[in-house]
Amino acid sequence: MSVSSFTTLLVCLPLGAALAIWILPLSRYTTGALAVLVSLLEVGIWIEQAARFDFNHHGLQNAQRASWFSDLHVSYHVGEYGFSLWLVGLTVVCMAAAIGYGFWVGRDRPRAYFGLMLFLTGATVGVFVAQDLLLFYAFFEAMLIPLYVLIGVWGGPGRLGATVKFLIYTMTGSLLMLAALIVYGLKVGTFDLVDGPPSASRWIFLGFMFAFVIKAPLFPFHGWLPDAYREAPPEVSAVLSGVVAKAGVYGMLRIAIAKFPDPASYYRTTILVLAALALVYGSLLAFRAKDFRGVVAYSSLAQSGLIAIGLFSGTNLGFDGAVLQMVAHGLVSTSLFLLAGTIERRTTTGEFALLGGMARGRPALATLLMTVGVISLAVPGSAAFAGEFLILAGAFQRAWWWAAIGAGAIVLAAMYMLRLISAVLHEARGSTVQDEALDLRAGELALLVPLVGVLLVLSAWPASISHHSFAGDSPTQTIQSQFK
Amino acid sequence: MIHTPHVDWFAISTIFVLLGASFVALLSAVLVPRAIRRAFAATVAGLGCVGGLVTSIWLYVDSANGHRVVGDAFYRDRWTALAQAILCGIGLCTVLLSAEHIPAWGRTARRERRDDHVAEYFALLLACLAGMTFFVGSANLMTLFLSLEWFSIALYIMCAIDYDREGSLEAGLKYLIVGSFGSAGLLFGSALVYGATRRIGFEEIAHAVGQQSLSGDALLVLGLAMIIAGIGFKASAAPFHMWTPAVYEGAPTPVTAFMSAATKVAALVLGLRVLQTAFPQEAHLWTWAVAGIAVASLVIGNLAALVQRDLKRMLAYSSISHAGFMLIAVSVGTALGARALMYYLVPYAAMAFGAFAVVAARERELGEPVTLDNLAGFGWERPFLGVAMWFFMFGFAGLPLGGGFIGKFYVLAAAYKHGWTWLVIVGVVATLVSLYYYLGVVRAMYMRPSEELQVGAPVVVGGAPAKEMLLHAAVGIALVVSVGSLFAVQPLIDLAKHAALSLPF
Repeated sequence: MSVSSFTTLLVCLPLGAALAIWILPLSRYTTGALAVLVSLLEVGIWIEQAARFDFNHHGLQNAQRASWFSDLHVSYHVGEYGFSLWLVGLTVVCMAAAIGYGFWVGRDRPRAYFGLMLFLTGATVGVFVAQDLLLFYAFFEAMLIPLYVLIGVWGGPGRLGATVKFLIYTMTGSLLMLAALIVYGLKVGTFDLVDGPPSASRWIFLGFMFAFVIKAPLFPFHGWLPDAYREAPPEVSAVLSGVVAKAGVYGMLRIAIAKFPDPASYYRTTILVLAALALVYGSLLAFRAKDFRGVVAYSSLAQSGLIAIGLFSGTNLGFDGAVLQMVAHGLVSTSLFLLAGTIERRTTTGEFALLGGMARGRPALATLLMTVGVISLAVPGSAAFAGEFLILAGAFQRAWWWAAIGAGAIVLAAMYMLRLISAVLHEARGSTVQDEALDLRAGELALLVPLVGVLLVLSAWPASISHHSFAGDSPTQTIQSQFK
Repeated sequence: MIHTPHVDWFAISTIFVLLGASFVALLSAVLVPRAIRRAFAATVAGLGCVGGLVTSIWLYVDSANGHRVVGDAFYRDRWTALAQAILCGIGLCTVLLSAEHIPAWGRTARRERRDDHVAEYFALLLACLAGMTFFVGSANLMTLFLSLEWFSIALYIMCAIDYDREGSLEAGLKYLIVGSFGSAGLLFGSALVYGATRRIGFEEIAHAVGQQSLSGDALLVLGLAMIIAGIGFKASAAPFHMWTPAVYEGAPTPVTAFMSAATKVAALVLGLRVLQTAFPQEAHLWTWAVAGIAVASLVIGNLAALVQRDLKRMLAYSSISHAGFMLIAVSVGTALGARALMYYLVPYAAMAFGAFAVVAARERELGEPVTLDNLAGFGWERPFLGVAMWFFMFGFAGLPLGGGFIGKFYVLAAAYKHGWTWLVIVGVVATLVSLYYYLGVVRAMYMRPSEELQVGAPVVVGGAPAKEMLLHAAVGIALVVSVGSLFAVQPLIDLAKHAALSLPF
């Protein structure tokens, strides 16, 4: 098996494993262990791919292509660019942590649960490697199916409303994207993302963008976000905000900006305004949120806005920073949601009014939450700082006020994260915090320490991503030349 | 001396195989002892469908050059053969589904009545199938009307076969009255077209219209409109859909499953053939008319389905909305549209049949009509059927869990290629609306709060839960076809492409 077929393997291995879990009558323990094993195998395959990846090579790598139906020139075409490699990496790492968490807490109905988690892994990897529009759309939609059931079955008390909202919102965007991609594909004669020429149609651009701004989400399309993030099981919220939402910003980069350069610059100001609103409004809401998950959920909205500012600033620094920030925020929010899960397990609640004083006698929890929190508020030297700095520098090149708004929002980030840390770890002991509530156990540490470790490595060497996402010295030119 | 036409027996062999099996099944009603009558009749019916499948596939392979046979009354071409193969496949699944379930499923049905008329049921099913396989190949207005009545009459009786139940009788009567209305419209339309052109053959009509420059003639246009309405009745497209929810709800569920899949295949395949072959000069009229019907079906079907609690009614409205989708493919009147239609029919038929089959299983357990409420927990109790329903519902909604997704893509692509971007938007919005009620089924099966779940074993009619191996097999076939059509797009499109070559585009 050559390395290029590893891309297909990354997609098909979890899907196949999901099928096996559904069909074979395995025991609860075997099912979970198999799922964890497969998710670790995914990480291994990805490391093998990353080790052999040529970051200076223009064009698609690890590509595979086969005709799906030739009638309308649709093909199964997968492959990776530098930035998609990083997003695939983010996906497999976060999914491994989330599946591990599900195994650790022993979710009910394990065969259905782990099968769906693996299905989600395959679909999400598929989104980041698909190089055919219809294939991309199929994976983009396929992510919804397991998420719908995962939230609807294993979620909190308000899960039914949350799932309906989540699905209707995202499908509205997706179906407009379907219309847009049909029009685009039939106009240019191919659905291939690599072969397809850029288009100047503003309507098609808007169709695609609509799907992406809902998925990301940007203001004012974030209506689904708070409910979904609060009601989902913590590990599902983790991948929802850490990985799945990244499909939205990835789509902006890979399709909206790369395939529609003229409309993208025509609507640049509009989208920057929406992104800035998401950033500021999200930060303010996060500051006001009354519970752990609320803060992380709204901060995800803010971060999506920041990433979109980086992408639509249209500058070299902005693009580099956006990709770095996608990965950094993905890891941060996955860790934070998993931490929220561990705290909820100990106290049965995430409400700040009922929490507090958890640092006493729980050094591991305090250290991890503190570390992730500090990275998340972009303290200088952290991965998030590098990402935000690049984005703001890129935005500054566009116009100084975008950078000013962004910098202001970073101050807000410090406020809401410190508020979260103090409300959970410090202050007087909350009414639901029992003395018997344990520190993080070995199993939880085994999930969280690697995530934080990766974040620390990225903090030490952010250039590993920001200099290895686009071939050549100028991302702008690479994107303009369609990554060729 | 009466001149008899040359008969190409092979061309109509599918029909004869099915009719022959029908006669054997009917004879078994008197010749075979009651104890094994059900098994015997079901076996004969199954073999008949397999035989029909074999001959229609053989015909497909052997009819590369489509032409008319038997006094130019019947088409021997790939369009006919492919539709026949799909119909026989549906028939086979229906036999599997009915073998344990028909005619009486209800809790009120008396035990000794349960095997009443089982042989007649299978005979009717095969006769109906034979009528449909004749219908899709008919080449003039006479055979069109005859075969339409042929399969309709069989369907009327099948709807009312569970005669202990008022709902079933009511469904049969409603279908009879409203269906006759549709047939009468079709007949009247045919008469008007004949009056205008003095021809009954589809190709001759087109020829006569061209030669005598009749295009736009009032009589002809009126006739065309009534023919479209007649076919619209059979395809249950709005505004000719009023009978659909009531009949689908009242008829025994296996019959509903058969009707929702097979009748649509027959009506839509034939509809495109008639419009394209007999009225090409009026394309500027009927493309718009059919597009209007498609939009009406999408709007009415989807909006009405939103408020249904009864699952069979909901699926009935969903079938109306899918008729709308397939009529988009018909309305564009291009080879791409024809391919899209043929492709769409395969996953649609599988999903529609499968969904009703799952309803039949639940109905059997509960002994009462299935609603969204008493579906609670079904997914966990019967994992295979639950997962299958999950696939069917997501597939109906156009999520990529089955060929329905590619079908919608093809239909919308055909509409766009025709220059109807507005129709693409309508289709997309309709899909969005449909999402709500399809997901409602998944929600009901898996996500209802535990206090609403029915604890303990469901009440089963007549003792322990039946193994229902045949039902599971039927659902399994539907599942494999609907998911498989997502992967095997190319082969299916190739089949559809060759079939569409038979039509004059």
